[in-house]
Amino acid sequence: MAEFFASLVPQFAWDIWNWFPPLVHYLVITLFKILVVMISVILIVAFSTYFERKVIGSMQARVGPNRVGPLGLGQPIADVIKLLIKEVIVPSQSSKFLFVIAPLLTLIPALAAWAVMPLNSDFVIADINAGLLYVLALTSVGVYGVILAGWATNSKYALLGAMRSAAQIVAYEIAMGFALVGVLMAGGSLNLGDIVEAQAGGVSQWFLLPLFPLFVVYWISGVAETNRAPFDVAEGESEIVAGFHVEYSGVAFALFFLAEYANMVLISTLTAIFFLGGWASPFEGWTFLNDISFLSWLTVGGLHWLFLKMCFFMYTFFWLRATFPRYRYDQIMRLGWKVFIPVTIVWIAVEGAMAWFQVGPWSGLGA
Amino acid sequence: MSRITSYIKTFALWELLKGLSVTMRNFFRKSVTLEYPEEKTPQSSRFRGLHALRRYPNGEERCIACKLCEAVCPALAITIESDVSQDGTRRTTRYDIDLFKCIYCGFCEEACPVDAIVETRLHEYHMEAPGENIMTKDKLLAVGEKYDAMISADKAADAKYR
Repeated sequence: MAEFFASLVPQFAWDIWNWFPPLVHYLVITLFKILVVMISVILIVAFSTYFERKVIGSMQARVGPNRVGPLGLGQPIADVIKLLIKEVIVPSQSSKFLFVIAPLLTLIPALAAWAVMPLNSDFVIADINAGLLYVLALTSVGVYGVILAGWATNSKYALLGAMRSAAQIVAYEIAMGFALVGVLMAGGSLNLGDIVEAQAGGVSQWFLLPLFPLFVVYWISGVAETNRAPFDVAEGESEIVAGFHVEYSGVAFALFFLAEYANMVLISTLTAIFFLGGWASPFEGWTFLNDISFLSWLTVGGLHWLFLKMCFFMYTFFWLRATFPRYRYDQIMRLGWKVFIPVTIVWIAVEGAMAWFQVGPWSGLGA
Repeated sequence: MSRITSYIKTFALWELLKGLSVTMRNFFRKSVTLEYPEEKTPQSSRFRGLHALRRYPNGEERCIACKLCEAVCPALAITIESDVSQDGTRRTTRYDIDLFKCIYCGFCEEACPVDAIVETRLHEYHMEAPGENIMTKDKLLAVGEKYDAMISADKAADAKYR
């Protein structure tokens, strides 16, 4: 396959390419990888808005968008065009510079975190050793955009939304961090690729089973981190209109929207990587599948498995939104501080003890 | 004991899973949406929509300007002026219904002794300029002529209950 594509490029182009120093090669290839990942993420984000409306529609016995294009698949494009041609209104009493950069500050970390994602056994933009710390840091940075947006807008509702969002993200960040400590103990590495490799060997080897409570805590904290229902008090339309983005319109609003969904995709992918074996196939140990020719692809790990796992978690995001009413603010704080943090600490201790004495599914963790 | 079971239920997220199962069951249910311009709900023959004035089969206007509809109209939407016509009968010279005032109660239809004013099944009509909300006598008669078959059929279907 690669030779075929290489033969399409004329020889003089290869000569020019080889004339450049290796640093330029590295730069161009990395930029190309970044471009591919960015475009895919933005496309996934665009169509996840469509699937959200379809899924929630189905759960409410409706049909969802079906007017724009076949099956309504043109809906995300129509929405984007609508938002692009609308005016961006900057309130006269706002802090204009912060008001404009706040949406960028929420979006950029959500996209930058993809740099360390192992999408395949050999595809990762930056294979750094502290990948897990990098991801944890970037998912927390997103809150600054929200706070700045609420502050710069100079509106009561926006400020209330920003304060709620800040307190909520700080609270759940801790539980999330502790849950990742468990993953770190089990995987024995901070490199996301190594964490996936440690889960090789089918469903029984995934961290899902030995770290189940941490998985649940991580997932729910992830929902809270992204300010999604039922933890969407930061925008709580029934109390504070739209929260921190109440005064945003046009492209600026579109960026917030993009950031929210990009964060959802990010959290879904991270959960898949930490607990569901990332790009590893769930049927890895099933050697009899290799004998059946049309099913042998099932045992091969790859991007498609990561994508399927990501889709499952995205679906769960929509499912939760269709099911649960919004948590009250004090309940959110109670859940974060008084339930999740103790649960994670206890389970880290349990995990450590079990792994030390080599009990059941915990044996072999952190090896 | 009940406290222990409630603890177990809380940590197993039992109530949440029950809620999720409800939405999941509904996810596989057929949607009940009626896609309006293509699909329409069934309509009663007594549907009260746009008004019409009818004529007898020989072309004579049914309305005899008794003004009962004007009197019974709760919204004061009907305005009638009458005069003696050339053949010596009493006829309306003006019969206006203000569609903005009308509440589509159907009292005018019930009050009419000669079944002249009726409310048809038409409900997808619109106005494009100020003043078009006034249905004049000519417009009402035109509606009656255009939809005569439908009005007669509806009247016949309802006749045995009157």
